[in-house]
Amino acid sequence: MSGPRTIAIIGAGQAGGWAAKTLRDEGFAGHIALLGDEAHPPYERPPLSKAALLGAWPVEKCYLWPAESWREWDVDLRLRCHALRILRDRRLVEVEDGEPVAYDRLLIATGTRPRPLTAPGAELDGVLYLRYIPDMLAIRAHMDAGGRALVVGGGWIGLEVAAALRTLGHAVTVVEAADRLCGRAVTPAISDWLLALHRARGVDVRLGCSLNRFEGAQRLERAVLDDGSTIDVSLAVIGIGIVPNVEIAAEAGLAVDNGIVVDELCRTSDPDIFAAGDVTNHPSPLLGRRLRLESWENAQNQAIAAAKSMLDRGSPYAEVPWFWSDQYDANLQIAGIPLDWDAEVTRGDPAAGPFITFYLKGGRMEGAVAVDQGRELRFARRLIRMGRDVSPAALADPAVKLQALLKG
Amino acid sequence: MSDVEFHAVARTGEIDEDEAMQVLIGRREIALYRLGGEYFATDDICSHAYASLADGYLEDGQIECPLHGARFDIRTGKALTAPASVDLATYQVKVEGDTIYVGVPKAT
Repeated sequence: MSGPRTIAIIGAGQAGGWAAKTLRDEGFAGHIALLGDEAHPPYERPPLSKAALLGAWPVEKCYLWPAESWREWDVDLRLRCHALRILRDRRLVEVEDGEPVAYDRLLIATGTRPRPLTAPGAELDGVLYLRYIPDMLAIRAHMDAGGRALVVGGGWIGLEVAAALRTLGHAVTVVEAADRLCGRAVTPAISDWLLALHRARGVDVRLGCSLNRFEGAQRLERAVLDDGSTIDVSLAVIGIGIVPNVEIAAEAGLAVDNGIVVDELCRTSDPDIFAAGDVTNHPSPLLGRRLRLESWENAQNQAIAAAKSMLDRGSPYAEVPWFWSDQYDANLQIAGIPLDWDAEVTRGDPAAGPFITFYLKGGRMEGAVAVDQGRELRFARRLIRMGRDVSPAALADPAVKLQALLKG
Repeated sequence: MSDVEFHAVARTGEIDEDEAMQVLIGRREIALYRLGGEYFATDDICSHAYASLADGYLEDGQIECPLHGARFDIRTGKALTAPASVDLATYQVKVEGDTIYVGVPKAT
């Protein structure tokens, strides 16, 4: 007898869902327990700040697969199931309100949770976050009151929420403590582009500005900023980052450092415990260092890789990071991690329309950012993965097809 | 008697090798591909989310959706990678002279 007979997965989000589905696709016929503490079956989060928030998609459309799929695939999906601790020596996961779940192999896919805002008044009704389906529904319910909305945090969540609220006709103010938008993820030029995108649509963006406190009798009525100014709002959405849910792993004695530490096969410091998704600190052979990615693509693809590893048929997980954001009708995509570069080439006109900026280091492509140029970005992603030398002159020449650079 | 009717959709000079183009037959959006000098046709809208595969990345007989990267085999329409799991419909293609025709089910 070889291979596991029972697999448990803590976390039924996008990563947990893809891992369970992949196990079945790979022919695993044993027991799969998929434990999630939300009330919904596995779903993807990006629509919560886009189509679902705009009211264009019903909740069910966010689900990875129809709710009845899990029964069809004979996956024991347990919702509202809170995993309390892992008893490694006994190979058990203790859960609240239920019998412990046994495992031969375990996947931790607990993801991340919103960083809470510590400011007076943050607990007032009307101060909301956006991570879970109920959050999205709460924001939509508060939208009906109309009026100005405040967004705290000028990162991806903040900007997508601002775009959705503005699109639906609300007046919006965004406050960002740093001196530029999305400072952790994009270059200053792209921050400028994002700023222009929102200001052109009348969003009041305030950089270098922090929230001091919220005020209101029984519900949110106004926000006071650190410069003393006040804004009357009954809806505030906080998007100041996410923190990895490592507690259950740390308590079990697994290696944790900015996430659950895993190797290229998604293994933790316990040979029978794996991890995937937002919660992992994993090695990137491409970048030559470890990182923790907070992306849809990593949640999906690392989970698929982890599932195969759990069946002893995995291969090193080495994807070129890829991320996208939709704001208004602009689609922005990022390939690689353009943090350190020595040459930059742009095709297209950032001021007027679609464009793609390539970031090179030592003659190779490190990263690329594209607006409304999805196809070009895929080529860039290949070039990044291939690690081949690229000529800035060829990149700059619009007559040279990127396809040709892949073959040349 | 065939239940497929062919519609002229493009001229052979309009698509380069390893390129894809969206064509419309009525309101049906179809992606037309040129590969190895031959032409293939599938549904243009990705089976996973609303995106035009003709805007995607074509290589080695596979089209990659520009939205989330799902790949499909352009000859068979088969969904090859996550996040797609539903295959694309494929359509017959024939070339007469310099005109490309795509066959779709006859409207009943």
